[in-house]
Amino acid sequence: MLDKTQIAKRIAREVKNGQYINLGIGIPTLVANYIPENLEVVLQSENGLLGIGPFPTEDKIDPDLINAGKQTITMAKGSALFNSADSFAMIRGGHVHLTILGAMEVSEKGDISNWKIPGKMVKGMGGAMDLVASADNIIVAMQHCSKDGQSKLLKECSLPITGINCVKKIVTDLAVLDVLPEGGFKLLERAPGVSVEEIVSKTEGRLLVEGEIPEMVFD
Amino acid sequence: MITKTVKNAAEAVRDVVSDSVLMFGGFGLCGIPENCIQALLQKDLTGLTCISNNAGVDDFGIGLMLKKRMVKKMISSYVGENAEFERQLLSGELEVDLIPQGTLAERIRAGGAGIPAFFTPAGVGTEVAEGKEMREFDGKMYLMEKGLRADFAFVKAWKGDTAGNLIFKGTARNFNPMMATAGKITIAEVEELVPAGSLDPNHIHTPGIYVQRIFQGGDYEKRIEQRTVSKE
Repeated sequence: MLDKTQIAKRIAREVKNGQYINLGIGIPTLVANYIPENLEVVLQSENGLLGIGPFPTEDKIDPDLINAGKQTITMAKGSALFNSADSFAMIRGGHVHLTILGAMEVSEKGDISNWKIPGKMVKGMGGAMDLVASADNIIVAMQHCSKDGQSKLLKECSLPITGINCVKKIVTDLAVLDVLPEGGFKLLERAPGVSVEEIVSKTEGRLLVEGEIPEMVFD
Repeated sequence: MITKTVKNAAEAVRDVVSDSVLMFGGFGLCGIPENCIQALLQKDLTGLTCISNNAGVDDFGIGLMLKKRMVKKMISSYVGENAEFERQLLSGELEVDLIPQGTLAERIRAGGAGIPAFFTPAGVGTEVAEGKEMREFDGKMYLMEKGLRADFAFVKAWKGDTAGNLIFKGTARNFNPMMATAGKITIAEVEELVPAGSLDPNHIHTPGIYVQRIFQGGDYEKRIEQRTVSKE
Protein backbone atom coordinates (compact mmCIF):
# COMPACT_ATOMS: atom_id res chain seq x y z
CA MET A 1 0.00 0.00 0.00
CA LEU A 2 1.13 3.52 -0.76
CA ASP A 3 1.21 6.17 1.93
CA LYS A 4 0.27 9.77 1.12
CA THR A 5 3.84 10.70 0.23
CA GLN A 6 4.13 7.79 -2.19
CA ILE A 7 0.83 8.68 -3.85
CA ALA A 8 2.20 12.21 -4.34
CA LYS A 9 5.52 10.82 -5.66
CA ARG A 10 3.74 8.56 -8.14
CA ILE A 11 1.55 11.43 -9.42
CA ALA A 12 4.64 13.62 -9.82
CA ARG A 13 5.85 11.17 -12.49
CA GLU A 14 2.88 12.22 -14.65
CA VAL A 15 4.06 15.84 -14.79
CA LYS A 16 5.54 16.96 -18.12
CA ASN A 17 7.95 19.74 -18.96
CA GLY A 18 6.33 23.12 -19.66
CA GLN A 19 3.01 22.41 -17.96
CA TYR A 20 0.88 24.89 -16.04
CA ILE A 21 -0.59 22.91 -13.15
CA ASN A 22 -3.27 23.46 -10.51
CA LEU A 23 -2.82 21.41 -7.33
CA GLY A 24 -5.73 20.86 -4.96
CA ILE A 25 -5.55 20.82 -1.17
CA GLY A 26 -4.14 17.77 0.67
CA ILE A 27 -2.10 15.07 -1.13
CA PRO A 28 -2.11 17.08 -4.41
CA THR A 29 -0.24 19.92 -2.67
CA LEU A 30 2.49 17.42 -1.72
CA VAL A 31 3.06 16.61 -5.40
CA ALA A 32 4.96 19.90 -5.77
CA ASN A 33 7.73 18.48 -3.54
CA TYR A 34 8.45 15.58 -5.92
CA ILE A 35 8.38 17.16 -9.39
CA PRO A 36 11.79 16.33 -10.93
CA GLU A 37 14.11 19.33 -10.85
CA ASN A 38 14.91 19.09 -14.56
CA LEU A 39 11.27 19.90 -15.42
CA GLU A 40 10.13 23.49 -15.75
CA VAL A 41 6.52 23.78 -14.63
CA VAL A 42 4.39 26.62 -13.27
CA LEU A 43 1.96 26.04 -10.39
CA GLN A 44 -1.29 28.01 -10.48
CA SER A 45 -3.09 29.10 -7.32
CA GLU A 46 -6.71 29.93 -8.11
CA ASN A 47 -6.77 32.86 -5.70
CA GLY A 48 -4.59 34.73 -8.18
CA LEU A 49 -0.99 33.56 -8.67
CA LEU A 50 0.96 31.76 -11.37
CA GLY A 51 4.27 30.58 -9.99
CA ILE A 52 3.83 29.26 -6.44
CA GLY A 53 7.19 29.13 -4.66
CA PRO A 54 8.20 27.30 -1.46
CA PHE A 55 6.79 28.19 1.94
CA PRO A 56 8.48 31.34 3.30
CA THR A 57 11.06 31.43 6.03
CA GLU A 58 9.81 33.15 9.21
CA ASP A 59 11.27 36.54 8.17
CA LYS A 60 9.71 36.40 4.68
CA ILE A 61 6.07 35.78 5.70
CA ASP A 62 3.70 38.11 3.85
CA PRO A 63 0.00 38.02 4.85
CA ASP A 64 -0.83 39.35 1.36
CA LEU A 65 0.60 36.23 -0.25
CA ILE A 66 -1.29 32.98 0.30
CA ASN A 67 -2.30 29.90 -1.70
CA ALA A 68 -5.82 28.57 -2.20
CA GLY A 69 -5.46 26.61 1.06
CA LYS A 70 -4.83 29.97 2.80
CA GLN A 71 -1.23 28.96 3.61
CA THR A 72 1.51 31.57 3.47
CA ILE A 73 3.70 31.07 0.38
CA THR A 74 6.36 32.76 -1.73
CA MET A 75 6.46 33.54 -5.43
CA ALA A 76 8.72 31.63 -7.83
CA LYS A 77 10.87 33.46 -10.37
CA GLY A 78 8.74 34.80 -13.24
CA SER A 79 5.47 34.84 -11.28
CA ALA A 80 2.34 36.75 -12.24
CA LEU A 81 -0.51 37.99 -10.06
CA PHE A 82 -4.11 38.49 -11.20
CA ASN A 83 -7.70 38.66 -10.00
CA SER A 84 -10.12 35.76 -9.43
CA ALA A 85 -12.03 36.29 -12.71
CA ASP A 86 -8.77 36.11 -14.70
CA SER A 87 -7.75 33.07 -12.66
CA PHE A 88 -10.85 31.14 -13.64
CA ALA A 89 -10.61 32.40 -17.22
CA MET A 90 -7.30 30.51 -17.31
CA ILE A 91 -8.97 27.43 -15.86
CA ARG A 92 -12.23 27.56 -17.84
CA GLY A 93 -10.43 28.59 -21.02
CA GLY A 94 -8.34 25.42 -20.96
CA HIS A 95 -5.00 27.18 -20.43
CA VAL A 96 -4.10 25.10 -17.37
CA HIS A 97 -2.68 21.79 -18.62
CA LEU A 98 -3.04 19.56 -15.60
CA THR A 99 -5.31 19.53 -12.56
CA ILE A 100 -4.55 17.26 -9.60
CA LEU A 101 -7.16 16.96 -6.89
CA GLY A 102 -8.55 14.71 -4.20
CA ALA A 103 -11.83 12.79 -4.34
CA MET A 104 -14.24 10.94 -2.09
CA GLU A 105 -15.59 8.87 -5.01
CA VAL A 106 -14.94 8.42 -8.74
CA SER A 107 -17.26 6.55 -11.09
CA GLU A 108 -16.30 4.36 -14.04
CA LYS A 109 -17.53 7.18 -16.31
CA GLY A 110 -15.04 9.60 -14.78
CA ASP A 111 -17.59 11.42 -12.60
CA ILE A 112 -16.13 12.81 -9.38
CA SER A 113 -17.62 13.54 -5.96
CA ASN A 114 -15.53 15.56 -3.56
CA TRP A 115 -17.49 18.47 -2.13
CA LYS A 116 -20.39 17.38 -0.02
CA ILE A 117 -21.50 14.59 2.30
CA PRO A 118 -25.24 14.49 3.05
CA GLY A 119 -25.94 15.06 6.74
CA LYS A 120 -22.63 16.80 7.31
CA MET A 121 -21.95 20.53 7.31
CA VAL A 122 -21.56 21.68 3.72
CA LYS A 123 -18.50 23.85 3.39
CA GLY A 124 -18.81 24.61 -0.29
CA MET A 125 -17.23 23.56 -3.54
CA GLY A 126 -14.70 26.39 -3.76
CA GLY A 127 -13.07 26.20 -7.17
CA ALA A 128 -13.43 22.43 -7.62
CA MET A 129 -16.49 22.51 -9.91
CA ASP A 130 -14.88 25.05 -12.24
CA LEU A 131 -11.66 23.04 -12.34
CA VAL A 132 -13.24 19.67 -13.12
CA ALA A 133 -15.65 21.13 -15.68
CA SER A 134 -12.87 22.56 -17.81
CA ALA A 135 -9.56 20.75 -17.35
CA ASP A 136 -8.51 18.43 -20.19
CA ASN A 137 -6.33 16.37 -17.92
CA ILE A 138 -7.46 15.56 -14.40
CA ILE A 139 -5.56 13.21 -12.10
CA VAL A 140 -7.20 12.21 -8.84
CA ALA A 141 -5.37 11.28 -5.64
CA MET A 142 -7.55 9.20 -3.33
CA GLN A 143 -7.90 6.20 -1.06
CA HIS A 144 -9.16 3.10 -2.88
CA CYS A 145 -11.63 2.23 -0.11
CA SER A 146 -13.40 4.01 2.71
CA LYS A 147 -12.38 3.36 6.32
CA ASP A 148 -15.02 0.60 6.57
CA GLY A 149 -13.69 -1.10 3.44
CA GLN A 150 -16.22 0.10 0.86
CA SER A 151 -14.85 0.70 -2.64
CA LYS A 152 -14.64 4.36 -3.70
CA LEU A 153 -14.15 3.45 -7.37
CA LEU A 154 -17.77 2.91 -8.30
CA LYS A 155 -20.22 2.25 -11.11
CA GLU A 156 -22.05 5.44 -10.09
CA CYS A 157 -21.06 7.99 -7.48
CA SER A 158 -23.31 7.82 -4.42
CA LEU A 159 -22.36 11.25 -3.07
CA PRO A 160 -23.35 14.57 -4.69
CA ILE A 161 -21.41 15.04 -7.93
CA THR A 162 -18.74 17.71 -8.43
CA GLY A 163 -18.32 17.11 -12.18
CA ILE A 164 -19.13 14.53 -14.84
CA ASN A 165 -16.97 12.60 -17.35
CA CYS A 166 -13.83 14.41 -16.34
CA VAL A 167 -11.33 12.21 -14.44
CA LYS A 168 -8.62 10.72 -16.68
CA LYS A 169 -6.30 8.99 -14.22
CA ILE A 170 -6.47 7.87 -10.58
CA VAL A 171 -3.66 7.11 -8.15
CA THR A 172 -4.87 5.34 -5.01
CA ASP A 173 -3.07 3.67 -2.13
CA LEU A 174 -3.45 0.39 -4.07
CA ALA A 175 -3.12 1.15 -7.77
CA VAL A 176 -2.75 3.45 -10.75
CA LEU A 177 -5.73 3.34 -13.09
CA ASP A 178 -6.90 5.10 -16.22
CA VAL A 179 -10.54 5.99 -16.75
CA LEU A 180 -11.32 4.78 -20.28
CA PRO A 181 -13.08 7.18 -22.67
CA GLU A 182 -15.79 4.54 -23.24
CA GLY A 183 -16.19 3.99 -19.47
CA GLY A 184 -14.52 1.65 -17.01
CA PHE A 185 -11.26 1.64 -15.09
CA LYS A 186 -8.09 0.18 -16.60
CA LEU A 187 -5.52 -1.14 -14.16
CA LEU A 188 -2.02 0.13 -15.03
CA GLU A 189 0.14 -0.47 -11.95
CA ARG A 190 -0.23 -1.94 -8.49
CA ALA A 191 1.28 -0.78 -5.21
CA PRO A 192 4.16 -2.79 -3.75
CA GLY A 193 2.83 -5.95 -2.09
CA VAL A 194 -0.71 -5.51 -3.44
CA SER A 195 -2.09 -8.26 -5.68
CA VAL A 196 -4.26 -7.83 -8.75
CA GLU A 197 -6.90 -9.92 -6.97
CA GLU A 198 -7.04 -7.49 -4.07
CA ILE A 199 -7.50 -4.54 -6.44
CA VAL A 200 -10.21 -6.42 -8.35
CA SER A 201 -12.05 -7.21 -5.12
CA LYS A 202 -11.85 -3.60 -3.95
CA THR A 203 -13.01 -1.97 -7.19
CA GLU A 204 -16.80 -1.88 -7.57
CA GLY A 205 -16.84 -0.23 -11.01
CA ARG A 206 -15.98 -2.11 -14.21
CA LEU A 207 -12.25 -2.91 -14.13
CA LEU A 208 -10.16 -3.92 -17.13
CA VAL A 209 -7.05 -5.96 -16.36
CA GLU A 210 -4.84 -6.75 -19.37
CA GLY A 211 -1.61 -8.78 -19.23
CA GLU A 212 0.99 -8.45 -16.50
CA ILE A 213 0.37 -5.54 -14.14
CA PRO A 214 3.71 -4.11 -13.01
CA GLU A 215 4.41 -3.27 -9.39
CA MET A 216 5.36 0.34 -8.68
CA VAL A 217 8.95 0.94 -7.64
CA PHE A 218 10.00 3.71 -5.27
CA ASP A 219 13.53 4.69 -4.30
CA MET B 1 -10.65 66.18 -10.93
CA ILE B 2 -13.45 64.46 -9.04
CA THR B 3 -12.43 63.94 -5.43
CA LYS B 4 -13.80 60.82 -3.77
CA THR B 5 -12.06 60.99 -0.44
CA VAL B 6 -14.03 60.49 2.75
CA LYS B 7 -12.63 60.99 6.22
CA ASN B 8 -12.88 57.46 7.56
CA ALA B 9 -14.75 54.17 7.50
CA ALA B 10 -17.69 55.50 9.54
CA GLU B 11 -18.31 58.24 6.98
CA ALA B 12 -17.86 55.77 4.12
CA VAL B 13 -20.59 53.42 5.42
CA ARG B 14 -22.92 56.19 6.68
CA ASP B 15 -25.86 55.33 4.38
CA VAL B 16 -25.75 51.52 4.48
CA VAL B 17 -29.18 50.38 5.66
CA SER B 18 -30.68 47.06 6.79
CA ASP B 19 -31.64 44.55 4.08
CA SER B 20 -28.97 45.85 1.68
CA VAL B 21 -26.97 43.62 -0.65
CA LEU B 22 -23.25 43.98 0.13
CA MET B 23 -20.11 42.68 -1.56
CA PHE B 24 -16.84 42.14 0.33
CA GLY B 25 -13.52 41.57 -1.40
CA GLY B 26 -11.06 39.02 -0.03
CA PHE B 27 -10.02 35.38 -0.22
CA GLY B 28 -10.10 33.88 3.25
CA LEU B 29 -8.88 36.76 5.39
CA CYS B 30 -6.48 37.99 2.69
CA GLY B 31 -7.45 41.35 1.19
CA ILE B 32 -10.64 41.91 3.21
CA PRO B 33 -11.90 45.45 3.95
CA GLU B 34 -11.14 45.30 7.68
CA ASN B 35 -11.98 48.93 8.46
CA CYS B 36 -15.32 48.90 6.67
CA ILE B 37 -16.34 45.69 8.45
CA GLN B 38 -15.48 47.31 11.81
CA ALA B 39 -17.55 50.39 10.88
CA LEU B 40 -20.53 48.27 9.81
CA LEU B 41 -20.36 46.45 13.16
CA GLN B 42 -20.94 49.80 14.91
CA LYS B 43 -24.24 50.26 13.05
CA ASP B 44 -27.56 48.69 13.91
CA LEU B 45 -28.08 46.62 10.79
CA THR B 46 -30.01 43.41 10.09
CA GLY B 47 -31.18 41.39 7.10
CA LEU B 48 -28.02 41.91 5.07
CA THR B 49 -27.16 39.78 2.07
CA CYS B 50 -23.37 39.39 1.90
CA ILE B 51 -21.58 38.32 -1.27
CA SER B 52 -18.06 37.20 -0.41
CA ASN B 53 -15.95 34.22 -1.44
CA ASN B 54 -15.71 33.17 2.24
CA ALA B 55 -17.48 34.06 5.47
CA GLY B 56 -14.52 34.98 7.67
CA VAL B 57 -13.66 33.13 10.88
CA ASP B 58 -15.47 33.20 14.22
CA ASP B 59 -13.71 36.25 15.58
CA PHE B 60 -12.58 38.11 12.46
CA GLY B 61 -13.89 39.43 9.15
CA ILE B 62 -17.48 38.70 8.18
CA GLY B 63 -17.60 36.18 11.03
CA LEU B 64 -18.04 39.16 13.36
CA MET B 65 -21.11 40.32 11.41
CA LEU B 66 -22.56 36.82 11.60
CA LYS B 67 -22.02 36.74 15.34
CA LYS B 68 -23.97 40.02 15.65
CA ARG B 69 -26.83 38.49 13.60
CA MET B 70 -26.58 41.17 10.93
CA VAL B 71 -26.58 38.71 8.03
CA LYS B 72 -29.66 37.07 6.54
CA LYS B 73 -27.96 35.42 3.60
CA MET B 74 -24.41 34.55 2.49
CA ILE B 75 -23.49 34.07 -1.16
CA SER B 76 -20.08 32.34 -1.16
CA SER B 77 -18.02 29.51 -2.65
CA TYR B 78 -16.51 28.13 0.56
CA VAL B 79 -17.53 28.77 4.16
CA GLY B 80 -15.62 26.11 6.05
CA GLU B 81 -13.74 27.98 8.76
CA ASN B 82 -16.57 29.29 10.90
CA ALA B 83 -18.36 27.47 13.76
CA GLU B 84 -20.92 30.24 14.34
CA PHE B 85 -21.78 30.13 10.63
CA GLU B 86 -22.40 26.39 10.94
CA ARG B 87 -24.61 26.85 13.99
CA GLN B 88 -26.77 29.53 12.32
CA LEU B 89 -27.03 27.54 9.11
CA LEU B 90 -28.14 24.34 10.87
CA SER B 91 -30.66 26.25 13.01
CA GLY B 92 -32.14 27.90 9.91
CA GLU B 93 -31.27 31.45 11.00
CA LEU B 94 -28.98 31.91 8.02
CA GLU B 95 -29.50 31.21 4.33
CA VAL B 96 -26.53 30.25 2.21
CA ASP B 97 -26.13 30.13 -1.53
CA LEU B 98 -22.99 28.17 -2.46
CA ILE B 99 -21.60 28.99 -5.89
CA PRO B 100 -18.56 27.58 -7.70
CA GLN B 101 -15.70 30.01 -7.19
CA GLY B 102 -15.09 30.76 -10.85
CA THR B 103 -18.81 31.20 -11.43
CA LEU B 104 -18.98 33.61 -8.49
CA ALA B 105 -16.07 35.65 -9.86
CA GLU B 106 -17.55 35.71 -13.35
CA ARG B 107 -21.06 36.59 -12.12
CA ILE B 108 -19.61 39.62 -10.37
CA ARG B 109 -17.47 40.55 -13.37
CA ALA B 110 -20.51 40.18 -15.66
CA GLY B 111 -22.71 42.22 -13.32
CA GLY B 112 -20.24 45.07 -13.32
CA ALA B 113 -19.73 44.85 -17.08
CA GLY B 114 -23.43 45.00 -18.01
CA ILE B 115 -23.65 41.34 -19.04
CA PRO B 116 -26.95 40.01 -17.65
CA ALA B 117 -26.04 36.31 -17.97
CA PHE B 118 -23.51 33.90 -19.47
CA PHE B 119 -22.96 30.17 -20.01
CA THR B 120 -20.39 28.13 -18.09
CA PRO B 121 -19.59 24.40 -17.88
CA ALA B 122 -19.01 24.58 -14.10
CA GLY B 123 -21.72 22.64 -12.29
CA VAL B 124 -23.16 20.73 -15.27
CA GLY B 125 -24.45 17.39 -14.02
CA THR B 126 -24.47 18.59 -10.39
CA GLU B 127 -27.08 20.07 -8.07
CA VAL B 128 -25.76 23.53 -9.00
CA ALA B 129 -27.45 23.06 -12.39
CA GLU B 130 -30.90 22.38 -10.91
CA GLY B 131 -33.49 24.81 -12.29
CA LYS B 132 -31.01 26.53 -14.58
CA GLU B 133 -31.24 26.94 -18.34
CA MET B 134 -28.94 24.51 -20.18
CA ARG B 135 -27.54 24.86 -23.68
CA GLU B 136 -25.21 22.89 -25.88
CA PHE B 137 -22.38 24.66 -27.72
CA ASP B 138 -20.09 22.66 -30.02
CA GLY B 139 -21.17 19.38 -28.46
CA LYS B 140 -20.59 20.39 -24.82
CA MET B 141 -23.24 21.31 -22.24
CA TYR B 142 -23.25 24.63 -20.40
CA LEU B 143 -25.55 26.21 -17.84
CA MET B 144 -26.70 29.80 -17.60
CA GLU B 145 -25.60 31.97 -14.70
CA LYS B 146 -26.68 35.55 -14.07
CA GLY B 147 -24.62 38.64 -13.37
CA LEU B 148 -24.48 39.88 -9.77
CA ARG B 149 -24.59 43.45 -8.49
CA ALA B 150 -24.73 44.95 -5.02
CA ASP B 151 -25.98 48.09 -3.29
CA PHE B 152 -22.54 48.56 -1.79
CA ALA B 153 -19.23 46.92 -2.66
CA PHE B 154 -16.43 47.08 -0.07
CA VAL B 155 -12.96 46.58 -1.47
CA LYS B 156 -9.48 46.73 0.00
CA ALA B 157 -6.45 47.88 -1.99
CA TRP B 158 -2.78 48.48 -1.22
CA LYS B 159 -2.53 51.97 -2.68
CA GLY B 160 -5.14 54.35 -3.98
CA ASP B 161 -5.41 57.97 -5.00
CA THR B 162 -7.99 60.67 -4.38
CA ALA B 163 -9.50 59.97 -7.82
CA GLY B 164 -10.29 56.40 -6.72
CA ASN B 165 -7.62 54.62 -8.76
CA LEU B 166 -6.47 51.42 -7.04
CA ILE B 167 -3.41 49.18 -6.96
CA PHE B 168 -3.53 45.81 -5.22
CA LYS B 169 -0.71 43.77 -3.74
CA GLY B 170 0.03 40.04 -3.92
CA THR B 171 -2.90 37.66 -3.73
CA ALA B 172 -4.87 40.27 -1.77
CA ARG B 173 -6.27 41.30 -5.17
CA ASN B 174 -8.57 38.25 -5.62
CA PHE B 175 -12.25 39.33 -5.83
CA ASN B 176 -11.65 43.03 -5.11
CA PRO B 177 -11.32 44.36 -8.70
CA MET B 178 -14.53 42.70 -9.95
CA MET B 179 -16.48 43.75 -6.89
CA ALA B 180 -15.36 47.33 -7.42
CA THR B 181 -17.16 47.26 -10.77
CA ALA B 182 -20.36 45.69 -9.42
CA GLY B 183 -21.32 48.01 -6.56
CA LYS B 184 -23.90 50.75 -7.07
CA ILE B 185 -21.70 52.47 -4.51
CA THR B 186 -18.16 51.12 -4.27
CA ILE B 187 -16.17 51.99 -1.16
CA ALA B 188 -12.42 51.42 -1.31
CA GLU B 189 -10.19 51.35 1.75
CA VAL B 190 -6.47 51.52 1.09
CA GLU B 191 -3.30 51.19 3.12
CA GLU B 192 -1.85 54.31 1.54
CA LEU B 193 -3.90 57.13 0.04
CA VAL B 194 -2.00 59.52 -2.23
CA PRO B 195 -3.01 62.64 -4.21
CA ALA B 196 -4.32 62.04 -7.74
CA GLY B 197 -1.39 62.16 -10.13
CA SER B 198 1.07 60.38 -7.83
CA LEU B 199 0.36 56.84 -9.08
CA ASP B 200 1.75 55.73 -12.44
CA PRO B 201 -1.34 55.26 -14.69
CA ASN B 202 0.41 52.24 -16.22
CA HIS B 203 0.18 50.45 -12.89
CA ILE B 204 -3.49 51.06 -12.00
CA HIS B 205 -5.46 47.82 -11.56
CA THR B 206 -8.88 49.38 -10.92
CA PRO B 207 -9.65 52.71 -12.64
CA GLY B 208 -11.29 55.30 -10.41
CA ILE B 209 -14.52 55.36 -12.43
CA TYR B 210 -15.64 52.30 -10.44
CA VAL B 211 -14.95 53.82 -7.02
CA GLN B 212 -17.32 56.31 -5.38
CA ARG B 213 -15.62 56.68 -1.97
CA ILE B 214 -12.07 56.12 -0.82
CA PHE B 215 -10.25 56.46 2.49
CA GLN B 216 -7.00 55.42 4.09
CA GLY B 217 -7.65 52.61 6.55
CA GLY B 218 -5.64 52.06 9.70
CA ASP B 219 -4.54 49.32 12.08
CA TYR B 220 -4.57 46.53 9.52
CA GLU B 221 -4.30 43.25 11.36
CA LYS B 222 -4.00 41.11 8.19
CA ARG B 223 -4.60 37.96 10.14
CA ILE B 224 -3.00 34.80 8.70
CA GLU B 225 -5.16 31.66 8.66
CA GLN B 226 -2.45 29.09 7.93
CA ARG B 227 1.00 30.28 8.95
CA THR B 228 3.23 27.91 7.02
CA VAL B 229 7.00 28.29 7.06
CA SER B 230 10.00 26.44 5.71
CA LYS B 231 13.06 25.96 7.90
CA GLU B 232 15.94 26.93 5.62
